[in-house]
Amino acid sequence: MSGAAPLWTVLLVPVLLFAFGYGAAAGTAALRARAAGTAPAAGLTAPARESARLLVQRRRTIPGADTLLWRLGGALVPVAAVLAALVVPLGSMAVGDLSVGVVWFNAMEVVLWAALWMLGWGADSAWGLVGGYRFLVQGLSYELPHMFALTAAALGAGSLRVSDVVAAQEQVWFAVLMPAAFAVYLVSALAMAFWGPFGTPVGRDLAGGAAAELSGVDLLVLRAGRYVFLAVVAAMAVPLFLGGGAGPLLPGWAWTLVKTAGVVALLVWLGHRLPAVRMDRFTEVGWVVLVPVTLLQVLVVAVFVLTR
Amino acid sequence: MILEAYLLLAAALFSVGLFGALSQQSVVMVMMGLELMVNAVIVAAASLWFFVSPERADGQVLVLVAVTAMAVEMAMGFAVTTAIFRARDVDMVDMAADLGDGGDR
Amino acid sequence: MTETVVFAVCAVCAVASGAAVFVVDSMARATFALLASFLLTAAAILLLGLSYLGVLVVLMMIMEMMVMAVFMIMYMMNPAGLMPMTMVHNKAGSLVVSVGVFLLLAAGAVFVPWPERTGEPPADPTLALGEAVMGEHMLVMMLVGLVLFATMVAATVLTTHRGRYERYGDDLRRESPDDPIGGGLDR
Repeated sequence: MSGAAPLWTVLLVPVLLFAFGYGAAAGTAALRARAAGTAPAAGLTAPARESARLLVQRRRTIPGADTLLWRLGGALVPVAAVLAALVVPLGSMAVGDLSVGVVWFNAMEVVLWAALWMLGWGADSAWGLVGGYRFLVQGLSYELPHMFALTAAALGAGSLRVSDVVAAQEQVWFAVLMPAAFAVYLVSALAMAFWGPFGTPVGRDLAGGAAAELSGVDLLVLRAGRYVFLAVVAAMAVPLFLGGGAGPLLPGWAWTLVKTAGVVALLVWLGHRLPAVRMDRFTEVGWVVLVPVTLLQVLVVAVFVLTR
Repeated sequence: MILEAYLLLAAALFSVGLFGALSQQSVVMVMMGLELMVNAVIVAAASLWFFVSPERADGQVLVLVAVTAMAVEMAMGFAVTTAIFRARDVDMVDMAADLGDGGDR
Repeated sequence: MTETVVFAVCAVCAVASGAAVFVVDSMARATFALLASFLLTAAAILLLGLSYLGVLVVLMMIMEMMVMAVFMIMYMMNPAGLMPMTMVHNKAGSLVVSVGVFLLLAAGAVFVPWPERTGEPPADPTLALGEAVMGEHMLVMMLVGLVLFATMVAATVLTTHRGRYERYGDDLRRESPDDPIGGGLDR
């Protein structure tokens, strides 16, 4: 099952991620257009038009800004997404099938904490810093349930290697075997991509939050990075919970792409439908509800593994 | 790569951390120094595991303990800082010398 | 050869960014310099084949430094370093002590006859670590768990200034607690 893909596939990773990210952005634009009563088809080209606008927009410079951390924070968002995607297998091939792939994914996605905080801090803006803080609170609320969800999948497979997790789902998908972990994973996926109900770190009530002072190409990098991140967490749900490339008729890589597209669509739709969640509320939900739920899920999986 | 190189790295990190812990006045900076010192322990334990007895997991366990010590140090350090800041508006180590011998106060 | 070069670069940069923590004016930059130092030493650990512990250090240090950043803003007078100031005591003495300690440790590292290597690294060090902490070193794991739990309780007790009388009233008869921040469950 495992396979070290040839080196050129490294180039494929950002291309695919970008394609999915563009799809997510286009889907969002189409949903918004439909909600606003205009033609949804125009949403398909909306991200391209918006990117072109941002590319020619002038970059804002701010006196007193910590430019080093500010620019670094923006750049880290897409970079962390691509690094996290290195362990995600396409069919049966991953660029790097690390023996600790699940932990690697987790570590790369935590880079986003630093990135958003740097963005908020660097701009020398109170709104930005509040946005950065919000994301830290959000991170502390979703991270433990998220880790336990990952632990449940790794425990079900008895391995931290992503290809082993896929191989362990030949009989039954982990989404069926551990539904609570899958649900928590989806919630934390929304939260870590600060998407939809968890978008308050860059919320409109903060004049853009961590992105308040960004403009031009910097804003483009952040927005594109966010959609790419959404694509990565959706792509990781496939090997962890949805059986990887397993499926009839089509080859493995095609099934991976189809399932990823499905999860991306679900996340985009959820993000469009759900109202914003305030962090002071979600923190208690995360610690009092989600952590015990995922712990129980891990216990159930452990018992299942032992009695299998 | 040799063991000595790793131990020299650990020694350098430890000394830098020690300098910070001794010289800084702000509690947060002192804690950064302590973190560097614990990090040196992690490097030394990992390298001793690899170069001396890789077939036993003792070195790895030591790394795990050092990582835990780091987390505990952070949590308790900031808890004490918060408590003393609430009580007396103190955020510098020189003003929190209640448990010292009091010779220079 | 490649490994040696990577290690040398990582080691030099790790020490340099560790020193930068106490040099730069901006506390935010100091925090991220410390983070860079941790990440570079994690790379050195990864070179030893300790993939789990190396990635664990990366994961934990990023989270820890972000928490530190919050407290740094909270307790530092001048977090952005826009007005350079130094807050040190006994700098010369500290320098002498730390240089002395470095020379001592370095002499020990170089001159101690370290024992010969016994055995080879296992194929999967992560598995070896897991079996150790769940087998012969289980006491370590149990103590770590206890210490972490005690830390969580103690840190919460130390930092909160509101007890049950503030929350439920002087005679503890209030129906729902009076909290400044409500939480999401309407308890």
